[in-house]
Amino acid sequence: MAKFILQRFLIMVVMLAALSIIVFVTIELPPGDFADRQAYRMKSMGVQVHEQDIIQMRHQLGLDRPLPERYLLWISNILLHGNFGISLSQHIPVTEVIGERIGFTALLAVAAIVFTYGLAIPIGIYSAVRQYSVGDYFFTFLGYLGMATPSFLLALVLLYISVMVFNSNVGGLFSPQFQEAPWSWDKFVDFLKHLWVPALVLAVAGTAFEIRTMRATMLDEKNKLYVTAARARGMSELQLLLKYPARVALNPIVATLGWELTAIIAGAPLVSFVLALPDTGPLFLTSLLDQDVYLSGAMLLLFSTLTIVGTFLSDIMLAILDPRVRHGERV
Amino acid sequence: MASTTDVLGRLRLPWLPRVWRKAPSQEQELKYYTASQFQLMWWKFRRHRLALIGAIILGIFLVIALIPEFLAPYDAFTRDAGYLYGPPQAVHILDANGKLTWPPFVYGQTFVMDPNTYQLAVQEDTSVEIPIQFLVEGDPYKLWGLFPSNIHLFGVEKGFLHLAGGDELGRDLFSRILFATRVSLSIGVIGLIISFLLGLIIGGVSGFAGGWVDNTIQRFIEFIRSIPTLPLWMVLAAALPKEWSPLLVYFTITLIIGLLGWTHLARRVRSKLLSLREDDYITAARIAGSSDSRIIFRHMLPSFLSYIIVDLSISFPYMILGETALSFIGLGLRPPVVSWGVLLQQAQNVRAIALYPWLFTPIIFVILAVLAFSFVGDGMRDAADPYSR
Repeated sequence: MAKFILQRFLIMVVMLAALSIIVFVTIELPPGDFADRQAYRMKSMGVQVHEQDIIQMRHQLGLDRPLPERYLLWISNILLHGNFGISLSQHIPVTEVIGERIGFTALLAVAAIVFTYGLAIPIGIYSAVRQYSVGDYFFTFLGYLGMATPSFLLALVLLYISVMVFNSNVGGLFSPQFQEAPWSWDKFVDFLKHLWVPALVLAVAGTAFEIRTMRATMLDEKNKLYVTAARARGMSELQLLLKYPARVALNPIVATLGWELTAIIAGAPLVSFVLALPDTGPLFLTSLLDQDVYLSGAMLLLFSTLTIVGTFLSDIMLAILDPRVRHGERV
Repeated sequence: MASTTDVLGRLRLPWLPRVWRKAPSQEQELKYYTASQFQLMWWKFRRHRLALIGAIILGIFLVIALIPEFLAPYDAFTRDAGYLYGPPQAVHILDANGKLTWPPFVYGQTFVMDPNTYQLAVQEDTSVEIPIQFLVEGDPYKLWGLFPSNIHLFGVEKGFLHLAGGDELGRDLFSRILFATRVSLSIGVIGLIISFLLGLIIGGVSGFAGGWVDNTIQRFIEFIRSIPTLPLWMVLAAALPKEWSPLLVYFTITLIIGLLGWTHLARRVRSKLLSLREDDYITAARIAGSSDSRIIFRHMLPSFLSYIIVDLSISFPYMILGETALSFIGLGLRPPVVSWGVLLQQAQNVRAIALYPWLFTPIIFVILAVLAFSFVGDGMRDAADPYSR
């Protein structure tokens, strides 16, 4: 087990390194560098900027050094000092802009994962046990629709319904009276009341997919001989289901946990944007539209780190669940 | 598992058309056994009801994408200054006396000021009936840039016809959606071709070369799949210079969309190649002295082409959704190019939702297209292996 974890850990480190290079390339991609932009900003504010000043600034910030050196400077700043650079549009350090927002994003992703599996596992079992029942057809239909509707459109539709039918707004993460209030129990409860909408929206596509997987595996497993044997010994039906076929059927859907997390994080910015959540989503989009490369780069790095670490954790979970995985067998 | 013979020991042919299934005559059995692979696939595909419905919907979309100039009552940019944010008009076939009339008609609309909110509201003016005419002269256009014409499938001679309402500039939303269908579908198709080529080449190299090349490519694919790609493509799309022409942006976005789907396909091609390489009939062909290219194109390709087509049809929705997502937030296509995502930009906020709900109509098209493709993909997956049960 220790060997397995170590191996996975090393893979994770290599992936993070590769990721940081990709993010750095995206930062360098738009024409012009930080010094150019800063000069442009000062000019537009009416300050006289000489060519000499730009060169000086470029030298001070190390922007005139070769690309690999700039990369090392950038990544060591992040790793050693937690310094992601300065936001070009807001002129404060990126870490201050992102601040607690990234926490909301992580929380949202975790809540969405909980929803995905919390819904998919019981519904999948039900659909398999009551195959071709009205409920099964209902969930199959819902599943198709869920997979066809991108999460941001679903968010829009929910918003539409909440505005038109219930005359309230499901957007945001806090009620107005808690917006500026310090954290308290009431605020936390209010937060949870708002959190479930975006979490559910993000979970829908994944839930639909996992229901189908769970149902298919359950259907395969529930007619196998070991189930018949257990039934012949007089085991109660519910206990039997949960103890044998359900446990086997759990493996393939836990194996996709990493992908689910990736898909959720990928869809999150758009959903948060539509629902106007105070997390990183809207910030990410505005930073992209402003070409605020340090800010968007930092967020891309954080999103991807979340998924890579999440995949690492899900690999370990799978190894705990399924001994074949930790002994390196292909399942 | 139903057996392939019935109680009397007669052969049951599961994929025969329904009408034949009661008692397959010898002639029909013969037909089954001598049918070509594609015929078998078609029979099997036809049994999948939803897939058939999906295929019909896709056919309609295809027609729309080919000739929106003719089908749309207006040009995509014709502005009706009197109908800014005008609501959709209902089509009536019963006149005021409840009598059935042909052609169908819409009522004229008048704007009235709401005395409380001072907002303009639209009221149906039931005294004016505007008949919808077919093959009517309207905005001039050049079909495929070649054939100049001004005949539209339907339209009105006097007044106006806005089936899905008007947008902020009074342009006809229904016409714009039809034009957007062409752009959105074409992006999907071109993106699919790019994905297809990438997947085929990279997967092929991986499967053929084996060894460290295979290993490197597989690790790379794993890496791509473990990072959230949509934000990454969003970052790339945001790096496009703002002064680029809409056409250049269109092609770049297509390229970016094409990058979305290739990993899945590359894996499929690789695993198929690896398993086929060991298959007996390939070994037989090799022993018989077939050249490599003959083995690949004559024996291997036909056996996994159907799987690739299935994978392509399954990844098409992702292309459409990717484009819609990018354009929706303003990072994808830019006006004057109209796509479903560009149209949905207007429906970004709560205000638009509350006041002008018809701006949502493009969503229906997006969902329909994606659903249709999922169904067709499912049907093709079943049909891909016509000999299986």
